Amino acid sequence: MEKFHSCEGLVAPLDRANVDTDAIIPKQFLKSIKRSGFGQNLFDEWRYLDHGEPGMDAARRKLNPDFILNLPRYHGAQILLARANFGCGSSREHAPWALQDYGFRVIVAPSFADIFFNNCFKIGLLPIVLEAGNVDQLFREVHATDGYRLVVDLGDQSVTAPAGESFLFDIDPFRKNSLLNGLDEIGLTLQHSERIKAFEEKHRAVQPWLFA
Amino acid sequence: MQTLYDKLWQGHLVHEESDKPDGMALLYIDRHLVHEVTSPQAFEGLKLAGRKPWRLDSILAVADHNVPTTGRSHGISDPTSRLQVDTLDQNCEELGITEFRMNDLRQGIVHVIGPEQGATLPGMTVVCGDSHTSTHGAFACLAFGIGTSEVEHVLATQCLLLKKAKAMQILVEGELGHGITAKDIALAIIGKIGTAGGTGYAIEFAGSAIRALSMEGRMTLCNMAIEAGARAGMIAVDDTTIEYIKGRPFAPRGALWDQAVTYWRKLKSDPGAAFDQILRLDAAQVKPQVTWGTSPEMVTTIDGRVPDPSQITDAVKRHDMEHALKYMGLAPNTPISEIHPDKIFIGSCTNSRIEDLRAAADVVKGKHIASTIKLAMVVPGSGLVKHQAELEGLDKIFLAAGFEWREPGCSMCLAMNDDRLASGERCASTSNRNFEGRQGPGGRTHLVSPAMAAAAAVAGHFVDVREIY
Ligand code: SF4
Repeated sequence: MEKFHSCEGLVAPLDRANVDTDAIIPKQFLKSIKRSGFGQNLFDEWRYLDHGEPGMDAARRKLNPDFILNLPRYHGAQILLARANFGCGSSREHAPWALQDYGFRVIVAPSFADIFFNNCFKIGLLPIVLEAGNVDQLFREVHATDGYRLVVDLGDQSVTAPAGESFLFDIDPFRKNSLLNGLDEIGLTLQHSERIKAFEEKHRAVQPWLFA
Repeated sequence: MQTLYDKLWQGHLVHEESDKPDGMALLYIDRHLVHEVTSPQAFEGLKLAGRKPWRLDSILAVADHNVPTTGRSHGISDPTSRLQVDTLDQNCEELGITEFRMNDLRQGIVHVIGPEQGATLPGMTVVCGDSHTSTHGAFACLAFGIGTSEVEHVLATQCLLLKKAKAMQILVEGELGHGITAKDIALAIIGKIGTAGGTGYAIEFAGSAIRALSMEGRMTLCNMAIEAGARAGMIAVDDTTIEYIKGRPFAPRGALWDQAVTYWRKLKSDPGAAFDQILRLDAAQVKPQVTWGTSPEMVTTIDGRVPDPSQITDAVKRHDMEHALKYMGLAPNTPISEIHPDKIFIGSCTNSRIEDLRAAADVVKGKHIASTIKLAMVVPGSGLVKHQAELEGLDKIFLAAGFEWREPGCSMCLAMNDDRLASGERCASTSNRNFEGRQGPGGRTHLVSPAMAAAAAVAGHFVDVREIY
């Protein structure tokens, strides 16, 4: 997993609630057996005017000029500002893969869907929950200010606006440590191999049918 | 005093990463279901790291999302779909994982075949790289969807790192009216609490109306828990659960069966166990539900109307509603019964089991689909469901009524294979998501129960199934 310490980046606002994983990365792109290359199809149905299929050359497709990420002022954004229940729907990790591949490193929203939230941590994409009122304020500021940037510091668990105002966010200490150090969670879990085996023995004794 | 969720959590706890109650914990996984879409990168990661699956006998694999529902003798024509299915076949063969291949009678949607085979048993932790894994909670399992990194994690370690959720109880008391199904309960709940209402919770469904449901109905309800935002839904064990499992291929037999049943009987919340939230629903008040928008919470009853955004004060909500109505091609205040679908889809892991097909067949028997319906299709959840339906003559009823009778798979639930809506087409669908483009780019989905989908097929517009049958 990629390490994450801090990020000072341009902010793009996506002003819609309940953005689902089908919108983030439509299913036709899930046929890929690779982990990379999903960025060009992030928000495909909103971003392009034609219908996208795997294998199309993104450079030749017609962009939807009204879609927020297509506005020149948001090019190169690393922080996505979103609304409530972002990432609802399917468990596809292709959604965080696509966001990361596009260039996002942080997503700020008042709430996230559970599976999506969880998946982000596994790849080093940081989902940050801020209070709805604070998110409203950030939306207002980013709309009003060209080149609006935020500073996200994982160590301090803070998001700092250009005027210097800081918002603190919560994160599980285990997750924080994994992100800061880019740890391989499977490797970490395997350090508990003996514990897992001992659990398995006990489990088998009580519910032998599970191991038949 | 413990809730069912507490019992399942406690019974699988291997290690806690922190001494705080809400910290990350390592949980043991009993059953790992695998399908072709979310597993290739996990198998690849495993291989690259030189790791092997921890426990092969915990894994059951099947291809369902990409498979064609028309003749399969020539394989899959779309090369990218074919590669994904071939990759699963290869990975399973190399590693020695049990897989039901495309032409196996036992093949079907992963959430249909697990219970059907008895591979889903009470008290298990069940995971799959698919959000509708919540379905298996109907068997008093802790069952939830995971991402591909987690698929790899479970393959390698038999465990998952998790944070304990809060517990919600949804009590549905009383008797459901004639023609009202678990699907209507699910949509009514989502309409009430919203698609984020269950976020951060594990939901236990309880009450007399839930106990009266068949296992098929319970699966439909738990299946939709994720649409309410809850990663897991679950229902306590009772006679219905045990009857359903008995004799299934993967279920225990003989002395082991008796031992298992004794254990399973304890899988329920203790009287007086504390929930973080309790919600009540009167079963008698539930009416047939139809979604009108692009999120399952955008739902109303068959006697209702498409809502009017100008009546909504919350700006974000109003904007979402306007956007949804535009996408759906619907004018505010249109009566639901005046909406005319072009296509009918009866299938998906929500509603493709034998009971669903029986309910739909009951409605269309001796009738014919309306002339305005371009396509009506039934896609059974598995080869065995299809076989059973054919034994009962349901295929004949559907075919005589003008439906197509297809091979099992996910099909037009998410349109990864050739079954999809054309842009602007409207569908009455028994699936679980009405997101934009879900059933095909530009396609418009209305979620309903199988009986309501069948009734709409016959009438050519949405109609209260209680009036025609
Ligand atoms: S039927 Fe639909 S919801 Fe169910 S597993 Fe298949 S694609 Fe997912």
